[in-house]
Order: sequence, then structure tokens, then C-alpha cells
Amino acid sequence: MTGELLTIKDLHTGFRIKDTYYDAVDGVSITLKKNEILAIVGESGCGKSTLATSIIGLHDHNKTKVQGEISYNGLNLALLDEDNFNKVRGEEIGMIFQDPLSALNPLMRIGEQIEEGLIYHTNLSKDAREKRVLELLSQVGIPKPKRVIRQFPHQLSGGMRQRVIIAIAISCKPKIIIADEPTTALDVTIQAQILDLLIDLQAETGAGIILITHDLGVVAEVADRVAVMYAGQIIEEAPVDELFSNPQHPYTRSLFNSIPQMNSEDDKLQVIQGLVPSLVKLPRTGCRFSSRIPWIPARAHEENPILHEISPGHLVRCTCWQHFHFEGERGGSFQ
Amino acid sequence: MWKTILRRVLVMIPQLFVLSLLIFILASFMPGDPFTGLITPESDPNRLEELREAAGFYDPWYVQYYNWIVNAAQGDFGKSYTYKIAVADLIGDRALNTFWLSLLSVVLLYLIAIPLGVLAGRYQDTFLDKTIVLYSFISYAIPTFVLSLIFLFLFGYQFHWFPTTGTVDIKYDQGSWGYIWSKIYHMLLPAITYAILGTTGVIQYLRSEIIDSKSMDYVRTARSKGIPIRKVYSKHIFRNSLLPIAAFLGFTITGLLGGSIFIETIFGYPGMGQLFVQSITSRDYSVITALVLLLGFLTLLGSLLSDIIMSIVDPRIRID
Ligand SMILES: Nc1ncnc2c1ncn2[C@@H]1O[C@H](COP(=O)(O)OP(=O)(O)O)[C@@H](O)[C@H]1O
Ligand SMILES: [Mg+2]
Repeated sequence: MTGELLTIKDLHTGFRIKDTYYDAVDGVSITLKKNEILAIVGESGCGKSTLATSIIGLHDHNKTKVQGEISYNGLNLALLDEDNFNKVRGEEIGMIFQDPLSALNPLMRIGEQIEEGLIYHTNLSKDAREKRVLELLSQVGIPKPKRVIRQFPHQLSGGMRQRVIIAIAISCKPKIIIADEPTTALDVTIQAQILDLLIDLQAETGAGIILITHDLGVVAEVADRVAVMYAGQIIEEAPVDELFSNPQHPYTRSLFNSIPQMNSEDDKLQVIQGLVPSLVKLPRTGCRFSSRIPWIPARAHEENPILHEISPGHLVRCTCWQHFHFEGERGGSFQ
Repeated sequence: MWKTILRRVLVMIPQLFVLSLLIFILASFMPGDPFTGLITPESDPNRLEELREAAGFYDPWYVQYYNWIVNAAQGDFGKSYTYKIAVADLIGDRALNTFWLSLLSVVLLYLIAIPLGVLAGRYQDTFLDKTIVLYSFISYAIPTFVLSLIFLFLFGYQFHWFPTTGTVDIKYDQGSWGYIWSKIYHMLLPAITYAILGTTGVIQYLRSEIIDSKSMDYVRTARSKGIPIRKVYSKHIFRNSLLPIAAFLGFTITGLLGGSIFIETIFGYPGMGQLFVQSITSRDYSVITALVLLLGFLTLLGSLLSDIIMSIVDPRIRID
């Protein structure tokens, strides 16, 4: 139960922009345990997808540099070449993508798209593969699988297509499933169905799931543990109950405040304005969040902010959280 | 599907009608008439007038149009003033020649352009890619007649690798293998020239389609399955990139039919293009109008053909 499935240490993924590499993932360390759903949250642009695609090796080596350690089963995935990665991808790690409308090849039948991975990762016969495809389609809750394998993606709804993509991801029974915003592009009712499906699959297969989302509602529903990312770094990490009852980093608190509360008497929400800085403009020293909370004095921040364990399993970056108050609120100890 | 095709064909009738009217009006604005060319100091002006009268030159335009279109609908486009034979017969043979030339050109064009475009797109920014792009720019920059003349001079007259006129050697019996080969052999040089000139567009288009496709979501999905990269290319990237090329096939073929004017004239290949140029210089109206009408018809046919091909290769498009 507590076994570590995937251990990431000091991962840096940089994109080349005009001959300089800028890290979109900037020193991330995190572990995924067996049987666990680990959520990664953060605003758009803070490096969540880059982290996911680094784990499954989908970056273009000509334009992207992945450095650090991604240990899986005694291998450092960050060092694998394309051919060796193909033995891990699909077989050991499956991935579910954000936009089901564009994530399937429009010219290929559903059955063929699910079968593709099976051809290379199993030695099932043609008939056995077809049986497995039908089985997978039922497993992800697609009615009339016999008909669906002959259909093309455009003949299915968004929710159905996402189920197909999930079927592709789990086709070879991977130990790790990475789901990058799997419900963002879907209707609310469909969202709930897909999340339920993910939870069921996790229980059935015992896979570890990394669930990327910017939706804290989703996190509350499915995650065991949460890491909050900001500007390429993890700024807070905790078990889900701990994070929801006791969020500490100013960024996390702001994220919580940005969810409209149904029964809140106080309709003035304390939300921190501003955006995640672009890769090129991102300050690489000091507390990366300081520019968005200028009313907090500079000495509240650490010079080189690191993650501090403030209670068992609860990590927070920098020291500014101790002195933080929302703008306009009464200040703390620095007056 | 057949119903849709039939409907599309029916829609072509009013389109053709408008086209024919336009052609007729334009033709009536053209200066001179076929008899102007016959005038010599000795010719009798009264005799010329009689000829004009007999040919219906002084009828009101709508009468002329009506006569023309009714006959045309029955395949009678009148007589060529210069060749003295029925326009339909004159064009018939030529159209067939042009059709075969175009077909061979299209085949060669795709045989050259598809591999080059695919390689350039797959190995983007490598030396190979840059060489192919350079080639396509050069073939784009060379005017048709320059390349045609160079090829004709080198491979036709200097090295005698290819015949320089005609469509077939007369020594073969019609329908024999030798005859067919001789026909192809006569078409080869103009077809190669034509194909090379056409490669630019296809190479550039395919290259950028492939580069675009590489960053598509479905390619990422395919890669996440852990299948060999060559499979990612052949089953996902190439299939999707070739789609628009297949869709344009109909237009490409008819485009070549219409674009054969220079090539046929320079290579002395007796097709529609050559006939077109000759009829313009000799003001052979009945031939010109028939040819323009035919080209217009082929363009409409090309767009229909493209729609049909599209519905076959792209599962998202079904005409029914
Ligand atoms: N291929 C790429 N080339 C250059 N910059 C990129 C690329 N992909 C993402 N980025 C940049 O990296 C940062 C993180 O992006 P991403 O990982 O997609 O964030 P998220 O998934 O959290 O929204 C953003 O600033 C984004 O603009
Ligand atoms: Mg993302």
C-alpha cells in the first residue's frame, strides 16, 4: 500500500526559445504511491502538462531538455531514448488527454485505435486482440461495443470519445495512469461519470493515477494526495483532507477562495489578481509568488524558498505563508 | 450517394448554360472573323460577304446563340474553318491525347512529389529537408517555357532520348503493345516536364501538412501508446496529411487539362492545348468556343470528382 511506484527528483524540463532553454518544470520532486490518486493542481500555464508529458516522454528532444530523475522500476525515464521509452509508454504508463475531440485520429476506426498498443505490447493473436478491445470498451462503459469498434471518432459524443481514450490508456494494464485534465472539455454531468469511471478503474486495476486538474472540486472528489503547482514548482503538498481543511500557501488559499461558495454570507471573495508569468519573464530567484502579493513585505519571504514540512506529509514552500493575509485584511506580525 | 451525384450533375446544367452564354458573348466581342484572314488583294469582297451571310454572321445574336447551343447539345459544334472538319471530330482525338498526357503527368507528379514532401516534412530542418525545399523553389522559379525548351533541346534534340513530335510511331499496329508503349514514350518528355513543374505546390503543401500534423493531439495519443515512430508516421501523420492532396486530385487533373497549352505547343504534342493556341491565331471561333466550353465543363466535373474522392477517403464526409 505504501510502496513507491514513481519517484521524481529535481526534475527540470526546459523549452528552447530563441536558443535558450527556459524551465517550465523547475525542480519538481514528488512520489506516486501504489493504489494512489495523486492530484496536481494549479492555474493554466504553471507546468502541469509539461510535467505529465515529461513522465511519459512525449517531448521533442530537439526543442526540449528533460533533466533530473524519474525513477520507475529501477529505470530513470529521463534518460531513455525513443525506442526504449516505447517499452514503457502504453505498457507501463498510460495517458489520458484533455480534449477528447481532437485526441483520436479522425481517419481510423475506434477498434483499430485501441488495438494499436496491444499489437506492440502483447503477443495476443488478432482474434484475442479483438476480444480484448471489446472487453475494454465494456469496461469503460461504452454500450454496443461491437458496433463502436467499426465506427469513426466523429460518430461518438465527447464523453464517449473520452471513454475510448481511457480504454486506450488502460489497454495494456499500465501501473501508472496519467490523466491531464480529463474532464475539462466535457459537460458537467459527463464530467462526473468520467471521474467515477477513473475511481472504479483505479480500484479494479490498482494502478497509481496522477490526475492533473485546475478544478478543486474534482480534487476533493477523487484525490488521495494533492500537490499544488505554481510557475513550474510545487508550492504545497498534502493529503487531500489536510489540504482542504488547512491550506497554507497564499497561492493555495487564493485558489480555494476563487471557488464561488453557494452558502457564503460574505460575497466579497479574497482572490489574488494577476497571472502566471510567461516562461521567459519568470523570475528564477526568490519566492515566485511574491510579485502577486506585493503587500506582503519582502522579509516575509525566504531568499531561496524550499519546501518545509509543517506537519506530517504537509509541505509548504517559502515562509511567506506564516505572515500572509489577503489584501485589505488586517496584517499579522510585521506591523 | 448515387442520388447526390445525380443531383450534382443536374445542377451542372444551369451552370453550363451560364458558362456557354458568357463564352458566346465574349466570342462575339473578338475582333475580326475567320474570313478576315482569307482576304488577299485578289479576293472578291462580295464573295466574302456571301460567305459571311451563309455562315449566319448577320443573324441577331440570340438566333446565333440558339443555333449554336442546340447543335452543341447534340455534339455538333460546327465545322472548323481552318481544318474543314467537324469541331467535335477535331477535338475528340486531341482531347484523348491531352487526357492521356494529363494522366501520365499526374501519376509522375505524385510519384515525385509525395515521397519528397513526406521526407521533407518528416525530417524537417535537416539537410535533406533543406535540399528538397531548395529544389521545390527552383522548380517554382523556372517558367514553364524555359524548362520545356531546355528539356526539349537536351533530351530531344541533343541526346535523342525522346521523340520530339507526334504521339505515336506509325510503324505499329493500333492496339498492339508496341503501339501503346510508343504512345507513352511520345508523352514521356512533356509529361516529365509537366510533372516537375507541378511538384512545387504538392511538395510544399505536403511538407507543411506533415509538420502541422506532428503537433496534433491524435499524434500525441498515438505516441503515448508506445508504438514505433515509423508507425506513428505511416498510420497517423501521413494518412491525415495526404487527405487534402487526395481531395484536390479532381481539380489537379482538370487543372492539368487546362494548363497544357504551353507544354503541348512547345513539344508539338497534338492535344487540346496546342489546338487552342492554333485556333486563336487562326481565329477559328467554333473551335475556340467549343474548347472553352469543354474546359469549363471539365472544371465543374473536377469539383464533382473532388467531392466524390473526398467522401471516399474522409470518413467524416459522406454524401448521401
Ligand atoms: N512546447 C512548448 N514550447 C514552449 N513553451 C511551452 C511549450 N509547452 C508549454 N510551454 C510553456 O510552458 C509553460 C507551462 O505550460 P503547461 O505545462 O502547458 O502548463 P499547464 O498544463 O499547467 O497549463 C507555459 O508558460 C507554456 O507557455
Ligand atoms: Mg495543461
